[in-house]
Amino acid sequence: MSDVTASHRWKIEKGLSGDFIFKAVTVLFAFSILVILMLMLYEMVSQSLPSLRKFGGHFMTGMDWDAVQEQFGALPFIYGSVISSVLALLLATPLAVGTALFITEIAPRRLGGFAASLVELLAAIPSVIYGLWGILIMTPWLQQTAQPLLQKYLGFLPFFQGPAYGVSMLAGVLILMIMVVPIITSITKEVLLAVPRSQREAAIALGATRWEMIRMAVLPYGKSGILGAVILGLGRAIGETMAVTMVIGNNPKISLSLFSPAYTMPSVIANEFAEASSPLHSAALMNIGLLLLVITLIINALARLLLWSMSRGAARGAKL
Amino acid sequence: MNSKVKLDDLNVHFGGTHAVKGVNIDFPANSVTAIIGPSGCGKSTVLRAVNRMHDMTPGAQVTGRILLDDTDIYGRGVDPVAIRRKIGMVFQKPNPFPAMSIYDNVIAGYKLNGRMRRDEADEIVESSLQRVALWDEVKDRLKSNAMELSGGQQQRLCIARTIAVRPEVILMDEPASALDPISTMKIEELIEELKERYTIIIVTHNMQQAARVSDVTAFFYLGELIECGVTKKIFTTPDRKQTEDYITGRFG
Repeated sequence: MSDVTASHRWKIEKGLSGDFIFKAVTVLFAFSILVILMLMLYEMVSQSLPSLRKFGGHFMTGMDWDAVQEQFGALPFIYGSVISSVLALLLATPLAVGTALFITEIAPRRLGGFAASLVELLAAIPSVIYGLWGILIMTPWLQQTAQPLLQKYLGFLPFFQGPAYGVSMLAGVLILMIMVVPIITSITKEVLLAVPRSQREAAIALGATRWEMIRMAVLPYGKSGILGAVILGLGRAIGETMAVTMVIGNNPKISLSLFSPAYTMPSVIANEFAEASSPLHSAALMNIGLLLLVITLIINALARLLLWSMSRGAARGAKL
Repeated sequence: MNSKVKLDDLNVHFGGTHAVKGVNIDFPANSVTAIIGPSGCGKSTVLRAVNRMHDMTPGAQVTGRILLDDTDIYGRGVDPVAIRRKIGMVFQKPNPFPAMSIYDNVIAGYKLNGRMRRDEADEIVESSLQRVALWDEVKDRLKSNAMELSGGQQQRLCIARTIAVRPEVILMDEPASALDPISTMKIEELIEELKERYTIIIVTHNMQQAARVSDVTAFFYLGELIECGVTKKIFTTPDRKQTEDYITGRFG
């Protein structure tokens, strides 16, 4: 009798302590993420201090980047990053959503699966490979074929003026577009697959054609998910370093023309950090890193806000 | 009664499964036909064959003929989209479009016809909602989201959306099985009124419901039509032993 009681008690104690250890370990892990983030932020702020002290808010509006004169302004890099990412997304989104629609709605199942795995393969290619392709194949093509054509027919627009070097904002935009299409496509594909059959059937039973079904039932249902996919693509585009550095021309000038070389925030950090000799120069680069982090956080926060307001609308509907 | 929809040796296969086996039925015009039978007997499969819903299912194969008036809807050169405009469908779970307002839900199908005038749309929305007895409940909030309605209201909205297209036949696949008793009662009253204008075919698990709303009842078992006849007769003096066993609750 006493034997049974003892073993029973032993089990209870064992269970409790196992739970306690599990909880403690997971809390520790979860907390460590926060600590790492805080440490990173602290380190970046403290390393940027010389630049923050010297330039303050002017750092973000300054146009000069001169290591010899120790004049540092980040605006050309901010401009280059934001414009190249946003334009890349504008081009990539219709392409990616169209591809995802083809995979999920139009293609026969086997062809769709094949196309989907190709897209996933594209997402797995290292960015330096994209960069190599860009510099060896795309930029010569831009210089010799695409840019002269654009200049001939659309040259009256300020976006397509100036000499064609090949390496340019345009090249950066195109390489980024190619790189974000796979990620947007594969997430959009999952979003579209998650649209319930009942929604599709509702549209079909009303006498909708396939396209009308997509427009009426599939896209509106997947709207917030597709938006999430686009935001993730934006996150990837704005942080992309290697491939962009290889084709964008790396010239810190702000120009309306897509033909002129530009520079992005990650690119300047990658290019100059190793050879930054003066403390102010490395502080300025660190400051750009800090800005990049802040911009990324703002984009993420805006995306969350957008998704939250959209899903709140739906949840409010479901509750009442 | 003259028949509106006629199944002539209808067979449905899914891959290697023979789900519906050589079914012949006449669905009389302006009446309610109930299809009953235990789960997996093929009753929903028959229903979905009538507006060519199986076209969307890879691997589904429908043979035989289904006549709407005198047209074989599986005939050569028949457009399934046009067929579905004449044969509407209401599903088991209410499925309004969640991104649309009540108004837009009702007009969604009708809008596929092309451009229409604003007052024409208003008129369609009002008359469709009137007919499903939802107008008084929602007329002050036509612009609010359809998901704000209760389950029963959503199902009536889906029926309004279906009749706004002006079909001739309405298929209902267990339209009240996800609803509470009061909403169910409203749907049943609605079916009674709708049969003046439409031919209704309803699949139901609920035998009392079949007895209450239908004029004709068809009993299916294992993909075959066992018996089809006037509802009163099926529920009192069925010809077949299997029918009697099922309606008295001895199996199924």
